[in-house]
Amino acid sequence: MHSLSHLFLNPGDRRFWAGFTALGVLFLLLVPALNLLLPADSALHVPNYMVTLIGKYLCYAILAMAMNLVWGYCGVLSLGHGAFFALGGYAIGMYMMRSIGARGVYGNADLPDFMVFLNWKELPWYWLGFDHFWFAALMVMAIPGALAFVFGWLAFRSRINGVYLSIVTQAMTYALMLAFFRNEMGFGGNNGLTDFKDILGFDLSQDATKMGLYLLTTLVLGATFLLVRFVTASKLGRVMMAVRDAESRVRFLGYSVTGVKLFAFTLSAVLAGIAGALYVPQVGIINPSEFSPANSIEIAIWVAVGGRGTLLGPVLGAFAVNGAKTWLTGAAPELWLFALGALFILVTLALPKGLVGLWAGLRARVTEKSND
Amino acid sequence: MTDDTLMDQPHGPGIAAPGTILYVDSVTVSFDGFRALNELSLVIEPGELRTIIGPNGAGKTTMMDVITGKTRPDQGDVLFDGHVDLTKMTEDQIANLGIGRKFQKPTVFEHLTVFENLELALKCKRDTLSTLLFRLSGEQQHRIDQVLGTVGLKDKPRMLAGALSHGQKQWLEIGMLLMQDQRLLLLDEPVAGMTDAETEATAELILDLHKDPHHSLVVVEHDMEFVRALGARVTVLHEGSVLAEGSLDAVQANAKVVEVYLGR
Ligand SMILES: Nc1ncnc2c1ncn2[C@@H]1O[C@H](COP(=O)(O)OP(=O)(O)O)[C@@H](O)[C@H]1O
Ligand SMILES: [Mg+2]
Repeated sequence: MHSLSHLFLNPGDRRFWAGFTALGVLFLLLVPALNLLLPADSALHVPNYMVTLIGKYLCYAILAMAMNLVWGYCGVLSLGHGAFFALGGYAIGMYMMRSIGARGVYGNADLPDFMVFLNWKELPWYWLGFDHFWFAALMVMAIPGALAFVFGWLAFRSRINGVYLSIVTQAMTYALMLAFFRNEMGFGGNNGLTDFKDILGFDLSQDATKMGLYLLTTLVLGATFLLVRFVTASKLGRVMMAVRDAESRVRFLGYSVTGVKLFAFTLSAVLAGIAGALYVPQVGIINPSEFSPANSIEIAIWVAVGGRGTLLGPVLGAFAVNGAKTWLTGAAPELWLFALGALFILVTLALPKGLVGLWAGLRARVTEKSND
Repeated sequence: MTDDTLMDQPHGPGIAAPGTILYVDSVTVSFDGFRALNELSLVIEPGELRTIIGPNGAGKTTMMDVITGKTRPDQGDVLFDGHVDLTKMTEDQIANLGIGRKFQKPTVFEHLTVFENLELALKCKRDTLSTLLFRLSGEQQHRIDQVLGTVGLKDKPRMLAGALSHGQKQWLEIGMLLMQDQRLLLLDEPVAGMTDAETEATAELILDLHKDPHHSLVVVEHDMEFVRALGARVTVLHEGSVLAEGSLDAVQANAKVVEVYLGR
């Protein structure tokens, strides 16, 4: 009770709830209304493809918030978060493969098409259980979480920090990419998992299903917001920031830096897995390229562009960078990587606090002017 | 390197130093062959206040690093409370045993407020889950207010620590040490960069802490004026070993000490 009233009282909190409500109205009410209620020829109509595109960005936004939790607040620059995202995506993809049943090209009810093609006779043990949604949903969180926990425990306990941690996480996602490319791994190799038909009985080709996935993603983003806020507003959140600023000093106060980083890293990986699981049904495919090291670097760039260590920054960054990417890869695809590199340099040199910092700076200047 | 057979022995029964709060026995620390500590031995009794002096590079800070788990000694024993072997513990475990430290270079969390810095130092359960669910009790709030007053930052609880002056940061760090309520307090040059008035106030604060027999204090300092004000037993370190020990007057009269301080 005390904690709830405390949340509502101070001005920073009121700003948070105002922003939270505004985002909720925009994504939960405005976008669906403009899609469903306006005629297709209206200038304000949001076409179906746009709903799915925004849904995809919302997944990226969740991923960016996850990254921000561990990097922006705790100072751990993981460049392997694409792997947790992809693992969540594979887990839900396995469920959707199993729900295809006998409707595949080979009409085999017991095996996914790619296994029939490889002449496999029975389902590998690690596919067992994935015909149940609840099991897949659990694995969406458990697999990235467990990997992050074990990997993080080894790395943080040995005090692998800074650029070394970034390098080993890049190596982790790269190794997973190579493994998932192999047909013998049993995850569809090069092609990955695709040709999904339905999820929980809902036909994935239906607009209503797509809208449902979009709305679900919005709700999960909202929940992620509240969770990240709960963590960062707690004393543990302040310890995380202290670890970011002066790690060894925190140890002398009696906190286990390994424990704090492990908590942030594991929670962040679970959130990234959930983002991946929401992403895959909306785009219809998951393949090993999701593990590519460059993907993980891009996530860090979204966060840097939006403003790390801020609640809203990662969401803004994910939308801004991916919006630019969608536009530019349509207009001049060969320029995208250069643009991304330039953006990163610009943000690092000129905008250390990203778009959120830019906005705060502008606001401060305007207030100053009006006071003159 | 460490002797394997020694490592394998369970600590406790083999080495014990009853009636001491800190027991340092022939500790050696080398950095690339250079011996920062050279068979250093030192015993602090419960409730004692000890000052440590010595020229720059004598190994004073390194000694604190060894006691607090930051640096592992190449050889030697370090016992807390007469029986706990500190050489095998991590920094956070040692802090939770009851050893607190104020660093030579003031290190506060610059992006947190003065209040938040003190709150992080507060004595309480410090495991990750308890920290996540922590709520400040009225009593704890009161304690923070009290320490804010003691360190002269009563009107600045919401100020970012990074915005404090050098002297204020020193005080904030002393405040953080107080918040931890430790049994053994190590202060590394606590008055460096302080004005005379601040130095005097710090001496008073240390003497005040010393009144409580629950506290044992080790204070490293250059400022002789300050050391005299503390009026405690003095240990002189030189090239990683103890050169002399006794009252300030006695060590100042010691020929070896005079040579180290004036002879070059
Ligand atoms: N991490 C380190 N690496 C190499 N040399 C060190 C390190 N720490 C301390 N030293 C050296 O050990 C000696 C003792 O240093 P220190 O304990 O800081 O002395 P004091 O605090 O008495 O001035 C110095 O010569 C210093 O250069
Ligand atoms: Mg020193």
